[in-house]
Amino acid sequence: MSTPTSVPLIQRSAARLAEALAAGETTSVELTRLFLDRIDAVDSSVHAFLHVDAEGALDAAAASDERRASGELRSALDGVPVAVKDVLTTEGLPTTCGSKILEGWLPPYDATVVTRLKDAGLPILGKTNMDEFAMGSSTEHSAYGPTRNPWALDRIPGGSGGGSAAAVAAFMAPLAIGTDTGGSIRQPGAVTGTVGVKPTYGGVSRYGLVAMANSLDQAGPVTRTVLDAALLHEVIGGHDVMDSTSIDQPVPPVEQSAREGAIGDLDGVRVGVVTELGGEGYQPGVQERFDQAVELLVKAGAEIVQVTCPNFVHALAAYYLVMPSEASSNLARFDAMRYGLRVLPEGVEAPSAEEVMRVTRDAGFGDEVKRRIILGTYALSSGYYDAYYGQAQKVRTLISRDFERAFEQADVLVSPTAPTTAFKLGEKLDDPLAMYLNDVATIPANLAGVPGISVPAGLAEEDGLPVGVQILAPALADDRLYRVGAALEALLERQWGGPLIDPDKLDKELAR
Amino acid sequence: MTHTAPELMSFEEALERFDPAMGLEVHVELNSATKMFCGCPASFGGEPNTQTCPTCLGLPGSMPVVNSKAVESAIRIGLALNCSIADWCRFARKNYFYPDMPKNFQTSQYDEPIAFDGWTDVEIVGEEGPETFRVEIERAHMEEDTGKSLHVGGSTGRIHGADYSLVDYNRAGIPLIEIVTRPIMGARHNAPAVARAYVAHLRELLLGLGVSDVRMEQGSLRCDVNLSLAPAGSGQLGTRTETKNVNSLRSVERAARYEISRQAAILASGGSILQETRHWHEDTGVTTSGREKSDAEDYRYFPEPDLVPVAPSREWVEELRAALPEPPRERRARLQADWGFSDLEMRDTVGAGALPLVAETIAAGASPQAARKWWLSELARRANEQGTELSALPITPAAVARIQALVDEGAINDKLARQVFDGVLAGEGTPEEVVAARGLAVVSDEGALGDAVDRAIKANPDVADKIRDGKVAAAGALIGAVMKEMRGQADAGRVRELILERLS
Repeated sequence: MSTPTSVPLIQRSAARLAEALAAGETTSVELTRLFLDRIDAVDSSVHAFLHVDAEGALDAAAASDERRASGELRSALDGVPVAVKDVLTTEGLPTTCGSKILEGWLPPYDATVVTRLKDAGLPILGKTNMDEFAMGSSTEHSAYGPTRNPWALDRIPGGSGGGSAAAVAAFMAPLAIGTDTGGSIRQPGAVTGTVGVKPTYGGVSRYGLVAMANSLDQAGPVTRTVLDAALLHEVIGGHDVMDSTSIDQPVPPVEQSAREGAIGDLDGVRVGVVTELGGEGYQPGVQERFDQAVELLVKAGAEIVQVTCPNFVHALAAYYLVMPSEASSNLARFDAMRYGLRVLPEGVEAPSAEEVMRVTRDAGFGDEVKRRIILGTYALSSGYYDAYYGQAQKVRTLISRDFERAFEQADVLVSPTAPTTAFKLGEKLDDPLAMYLNDVATIPANLAGVPGISVPAGLAEEDGLPVGVQILAPALADDRLYRVGAALEALLERQWGGPLIDPDKLDKELAR
Repeated sequence: MTHTAPELMSFEEALERFDPAMGLEVHVELNSATKMFCGCPASFGGEPNTQTCPTCLGLPGSMPVVNSKAVESAIRIGLALNCSIADWCRFARKNYFYPDMPKNFQTSQYDEPIAFDGWTDVEIVGEEGPETFRVEIERAHMEEDTGKSLHVGGSTGRIHGADYSLVDYNRAGIPLIEIVTRPIMGARHNAPAVARAYVAHLRELLLGLGVSDVRMEQGSLRCDVNLSLAPAGSGQLGTRTETKNVNSLRSVERAARYEISRQAAILASGGSILQETRHWHEDTGVTTSGREKSDAEDYRYFPEPDLVPVAPSREWVEELRAALPEPPRERRARLQADWGFSDLEMRDTVGAGALPLVAETIAAGASPQAARKWWLSELARRANEQGTELSALPITPAAVARIQALVDEGAINDKLARQVFDGVLAGEGTPEEVVAARGLAVVSDEGALGDAVDRAIKANPDVADKIRDGKVAAAGALIGAVMKEMRGQADAGRVRELILERLS
């Protein structure tokens, strides 16, 4: 294992970069340039970014360096660059949500998460690729082309936040922001060997997060270490008056918990293994890594209990009613009247507003988006509402009760994050249901609003690709994710002799 | 666009054969400082699209935050209408596409309104004098207004046939309260009058609450009239039409009356009523078919996931109830006593929609009788001529009071005052400015007046003799002559004094 200072800057964790900045080993401008250069060098293979803002990032970095010189730092991460998923609005920077329908739109305002990043002094490198309007588990549904998994370029990086996960995995950014509606932070984290956190619903402001499903969406950190995620969580979390659903309480002590957890002592912590999230349907290599992780937790002093959440089997079905219902309504605003794409019908001299709306929406939305708009419109229609949307809401209540009962027995719950490792590009494009099944383990947390983290658990035996372990905690107890996550990470890295990502192997793949 | 005038049945015959049922939906724009879900100003006017932000423009990523002042107003309106106030309710999305709707859904309330199950008593003048009619309130709920489309070109001002359309989003997001009545049945021939009285009553009540400007002509109070007919005595509900945006009290009554005659003619000839939206034409006094509105129209309502439920505490509701202003009927009784109006005078004042105007004029210093006289005669005549509401006339109660003060001071007389009204209404300035610019001051120059009196005496020696003989009443002829010579700009009282001085 190399000593911190001998590790190239771009490969270091954000916490280490903050230390390097503090020690005067580097400057924010130098650091930001290194990441921009890295993006230049490798993103043509990965396509993690939709838009790179070199000028804005360097300006912010210079401002950070000035602050450092005058001793007026704004946060622990002041000067450490970050990448932002293209679903969060950025004033004056393109925000497309991976859709043609928003091509060329320059938002007049920053999302609260973006405002907090800027206020904390983090230079924003650019906007990362995603499935169109966050609808997908592979980033193949981006209208601007897929992102590739840095571990194997012919494989998907997960989705919808494949861009953020791949950028962090390939050392193009030390930190990134993702959003998670059904697993879009955690599942990409699992398949790219990175850390992804979906905070408690309401823990991070959604103002400026272009909604897919408002009652499920949550922004969170995408990083390479649990501590980095905690540091970023502290920056973006907390109450926001612009989001009525944001929780009016202080951010849980996540950084402290991550530091304490890293000691590797879980004495007295009750860890529940969810019977329904594992076994059949889970790739053997995934299950194997998960089981080994559980053994490590036992060694660290945790008490393992088996818990059942019988209603989780309905989670996917309920999710595919609630999410498209909300999405169908959210996406109605893209009508060519005020911003974004406008397509005029051919051969019509003076088209009506309705005709322009129809033609634009037909041309501007991809198939997966249309599929969900149709699903949601159907589910909300009178005569079907009770059977679909209404019933799905009842399932949500039942799933929340399952969680409540499980958390009576356990402090945290664990499962594999995704049932498989990264699949091949195109492999599931024609089979939406197979694609949807990839989120089977992550969706319950969104339906119930509880927080979850995915931590790298090693590589699957059969394909050598990363596997993630998911840890879930009760609402508002995000700190538990960090304590258990950091412990698991420390124990695993001790086994591996360092971080999961091997820079040499990575660069070999990227040069392919 | 030409409309073929449909057959109409006389109102009297229609009511012999059919019973009307009405449902009134009134949209009230609140006068809160800011919009329903964002901090933009909610004031009327303003350059188009200057009072907007990401939220009321529905930009991607934007989120609503409930205006608590609007919730308070909604609760107060509900309480004033004797409604129950929900202890927990939500907003819902009403989904439909229209260019003036920024999100293509309206954030409204659906099956969980803030106020429900109320009633209010309105007064009408029936065949046997004043009657009270109870109107049941189904619900009052909160929602946001849409933007405003301006259709340019074409003859109708509607989207069909227009060359292009412009949209002003200043109005988008202004807080609205929609007040919906239960079907109003049993009013029979009084139905149109009940409709009008209800809207007038609501206006008065809302004005008293101070929650809205209630200006129908500016659209801050808009009324949709739902009306159906059923065979007389059947107790059934027929197929209804919904006549949109009937924007004056007079039109509410006329539109209801028209729909009764129109629907009766169709039903009597064996036809059936199409469930549809209809447009009211103020100028021709008819309704015409709008879009067909079947029950199958599906807004796909679902609870707004970006907002948390509204759960007003019982303590707060009771505080608001305790602080409600005097209800209109009680207030009217008190004002009538204070002002010394007869029942008829009071009824006319209320019926003309002049109560608030008269009250403000009195508050500005005019005597009750003078205030009533100007609003109900001079100004009512002008409003009628212009086919507009009294409140829409470009004159303030303060200006009316000022004109009366000029009369009281002797600076002008009633006849000149009418010319001052002309000037103020024509936008020539304040009453004083009009008096000065038009040279309307009463001639009080004793010399000029004396000369005119002398000339009148000389020209009418026989009249003068009668006065000398003690027939003082004959002075009227001389006063008239002097006033004529002075073109009305003389103080008649002073002229009389001068005549009597000279001939005593």
